[in-house]
Amino acid sequence: MDYFSGLQLKDLGFLAEAAGRTLLISGVSIGIGSLVGLIFGWLLTVLGRTGRFLLNAVLDVFRSIPLLIQLVLFYNLFPIIGFSLGPFAAGTLVLTVYTVALVSNVTRSGLESVSPDLRRAARSLGLSYWQDMRHIVWPVGLRAVFPAWVGVALSVVKDSALVSVLGYVELLRASQTLITRTQEPLIILAIAGAFYFALSFPMARAASLYEKRWAQ
Amino acid sequence: MDYNFHWQPVIGRLPDLLLASLDTLQVAALSIVLGIVIGLLLAILRMNARGRWTPLQWFAVAWIEIARNTPVLFQLFFFGFGLGAWGWHLSPFMIVLAGLSFNCAGYLAENFRGGFQSIPDTQYRAARSVGMSAGQTYYHIIIPQVLRKVWHPLTNQIVWAVLMSSLGMLVGYQELTGSAQYFASRTYRIFEYFAVVALIYYALVKLILMASRMLGWRLFRSEGGV
Amino acid sequence: MIDITNLHKRFGPLHVLKGINLTVDKGEVLSVIGSSGSGKSTLLYCINGLESIQDGSIRVDDTEVHHPKTDLNRLRQKLGMVFQQWNSFPHLTALENVALAPRIVKGQSKSEASERASEQLNHVGLGDKLDSYPHALSGGQQQRLAIARALAMEPSLMLFDEATSALDPELVGEVLDTMRMLAREGMTMICVTHEMGFARDVSDRVAYFHQGIMEEIGPPEQLFNTPQSEHTRAFLSKVR
Repeated sequence: MDYFSGLQLKDLGFLAEAAGRTLLISGVSIGIGSLVGLIFGWLLTVLGRTGRFLLNAVLDVFRSIPLLIQLVLFYNLFPIIGFSLGPFAAGTLVLTVYTVALVSNVTRSGLESVSPDLRRAARSLGLSYWQDMRHIVWPVGLRAVFPAWVGVALSVVKDSALVSVLGYVELLRASQTLITRTQEPLIILAIAGAFYFALSFPMARAASLYEKRWAQ
Repeated sequence: MDYNFHWQPVIGRLPDLLLASLDTLQVAALSIVLGIVIGLLLAILRMNARGRWTPLQWFAVAWIEIARNTPVLFQLFFFGFGLGAWGWHLSPFMIVLAGLSFNCAGYLAENFRGGFQSIPDTQYRAARSVGMSAGQTYYHIIIPQVLRKVWHPLTNQIVWAVLMSSLGMLVGYQELTGSAQYFASRTYRIFEYFAVVALIYYALVKLILMASRMLGWRLFRSEGGV
Repeated sequence: MIDITNLHKRFGPLHVLKGINLTVDKGEVLSVIGSSGSGKSTLLYCINGLESIQDGSIRVDDTEVHHPKTDLNRLRQKLGMVFQQWNSFPHLTALENVALAPRIVKGQSKSEASERASEQLNHVGLGDKLDSYPHALSGGQQQRLAIARALAMEPSLMLFDEATSALDPELVGEVLDTMRMLAREGMTMICVTHEMGFARDVSDRVAYFHQGIMEEIGPPEQLFNTPQSEHTRAFLSKVR
């Protein structure tokens, strides 16, 4: 086979497979990261001043350093401390931590948005702390920041493109490989862009409609 | 653990890295300035789309939505390889500048739109009722209030532009991250280089946030700062 | 001073003002009452050109408000307006709120505008709040600030659009007192209001609006004591 050749049908399969990897790595990271982020976000509302300061400072580091740097750093850190992680594992780890840092912030602002009056009303009906949490604070607070969470999740999907730097063949990396071989940048970039857009645009739109409804 | 950290070569390169961080700040600053100008235009175009949409408004909406709903790296690739299909070859610096400006303009357009829409119509009416012209109303009444509303998102966008400029490494522009990779590849001290660079980014981000808070505090003291 | 003939205003299919004829003389205080949606606030917006009209004419001192060649910015300097929501400019101090328009619209120097602004603020009883920002003022104070802001343009006519209806009850009095003071000083005023006591005590004439029509107009004693129209009687019996 020639090194340079036109775009073929099996190339589309290659792209589809890579798109699957984009979904996989971002899906896993968003799933785990959101769960941990929920817990950390809640911790930020109940910890004492010192604990809150420390936790915030740690999470803030991951929001203040380029994701690209975080990926390269972690990927190179593991061999140093004695075991090596593949691109998928290292990428997932970094994306997960990144998600935690973003989701915890969203969670905290959601929980803090529940008015003390509402909580007093709930407690005055005899609800315990955990009943208040389970039936009042979480549903009300998290619903209010659900659109913001969708925003975070979508940005993780888009940022997962950076895992390509570790050699993980997700959608953009695959596109780049195909472009080099076929010299057909426009059509390939259009396919890759359309995939991200088709995923992100409807969800972002739905989240903003939800937000408008919720605001009324 | 039998790895020996070698910080000496990195420390020796520190002046070069600090110089490279000026390139980072430069490309980020230029993208933000372009992003603000274009973002304002896009926001105004989009807000004027009442009922019937002209091609210009479609253009604005397409720009905003593509910028917000595809990866920044994709946008850089477009300005990198994509334009090549039409025989346009941008320098690595221009690729980063074009990509980041495109992205910032899209995000800022939506921030500006939200800012304008949050100012009640009645402010406009009140200003017109004391005889101010439309231009005076915008300059003295509307814009200062919008600026306050978008100050926080604008600051975030500036931070974001600095962080995103690290993608310059992937398109061959030697800003801070690109330079670190270049030096690291010659010494194989990748971890050390990137750890130091991470610290520099952290410091840059904190400096920007501090500057924004101080400036905001001066500008918006009427409402207790930002 | 103001001459309105056969004024029609529509918002799309909605016919808000249906042929209003009204004259207001210099120095007169006219109160406009009526239930919400009767078109009385729209009348004020039409008078200072913030809303377009579909038929008829409004003349202020022989200037046709809705003539395309009319310089509305110039005309509005003569017409002070105070809104239901006081609309103070949140990013400016009380003094700057008042001094801004005289400076940039009338071209007064900064010191002249500030000096006059502080006089106006003293006049409405806010002499000690010159450097306060609106968020630190009560609703009543913000409304008096809005009055001072309008007065600083030295208008010959003041339009009040339900100036007290967004205020807490205990703050209504201070704003009404300020309006009374202006009336005593001979200011020409059109006050859309829900305050029947104010309408009765302060105005020279009271007009009752009902569904876009000026149902009845006359001196307060006549309108309140011997209303001619069925609608007026029904309205008054509800608000009393």
